[in-house]
Amino acid sequence: MVPLSWYLIVAAILFAMGLYGVIARRNAVAILMSVELMLNAVNINLIAFWRYLTPDRPVGLAWSLFVLALAAAEAAVGLALVISVYRERDSVIADELDSLKY
Amino acid sequence: MAQNILFIVVSAFTLIMGWIVVSNRNLFHAALALMGSFLGVAGLYVLLEAGFLAAAQLLIYIGAISILVIFAIMMTRRLMQTTETPFNNQWILGGVVSLLALAVTLFVIVRYWPLEAAGRVGSLRPDVPGAMIEGSVVQLGAALVDVNQYVLPFEVASVLLLAALIGAIVVAWPERLPKDRE
Repeated sequence: MVPLSWYLIVAAILFAMGLYGVIARRNAVAILMSVELMLNAVNINLIAFWRYLTPDRPVGLAWSLFVLALAAAEAAVGLALVISVYRERDSVIADELDSLKY
Repeated sequence: MAQNILFIVVSAFTLIMGWIVVSNRNLFHAALALMGSFLGVAGLYVLLEAGFLAAAQLLIYIGAISILVIFAIMMTRRLMQTTETPFNNQWILGGVVSLLALAVTLFVIVRYWPLEAAGRVGSLRPDVPGAMIEGSVVQLGAALVDVNQYVLPFEVASVLLLAALIGAIVVAWPERLPKDRE
């Protein structure tokens, strides 16, 4: 079987890419998509640890299901916010949403 | 050995699609690549013998969240011309920060490598009986409603989903309905 560290490395790279997207993308929808990538990386880790360390207890499976539910909630509220902001400001560029700054 | 090659192919697909999501100028193409990346992650779940989670990934991520993202892109698309830069002015700093985070994580994984090679952790039970893997879905279902295990997080998750549902409707509700604009 594939060593556990391979899964951890793939998840780490995916997480770092998602982090870069969250910091550097301008579009709010793209930032949300990067957050989804990061959540996926965490889920890979949870399931890999379940399979290799505790296959007799469904700990990792249960928590990755909760992460899934959380991701769905986050996507729904986040995209509703994006649509609401777009209606208000005619823009979804994160740099231009700065009315709290001045 | 065949599994190793399959793993490399699936994870390379996942990572390339993930990079397209992060870097593509065209937001719609990024959303399609996001679906590809979710599909690759589902493949990784299948390789990890978590069939239920792979099915849940297909249904929830590809079936629901990606469609939601695409809807949001189409409703806000007019301003996202493909000619403008996808990154803000802190992209160099962001790259440094995420590379640092990656380096720290990889350092921990590599430090732990000798332990795994010696069989002390990580490969504790690589070859468990198939019945245990098949029984894990039954175990998962029982654990989610077991008072001593996950019933509280389970109920809190359902309340959270209800709150998110109502909240999304309230937030996205137009202040003026279309017929008032006449």
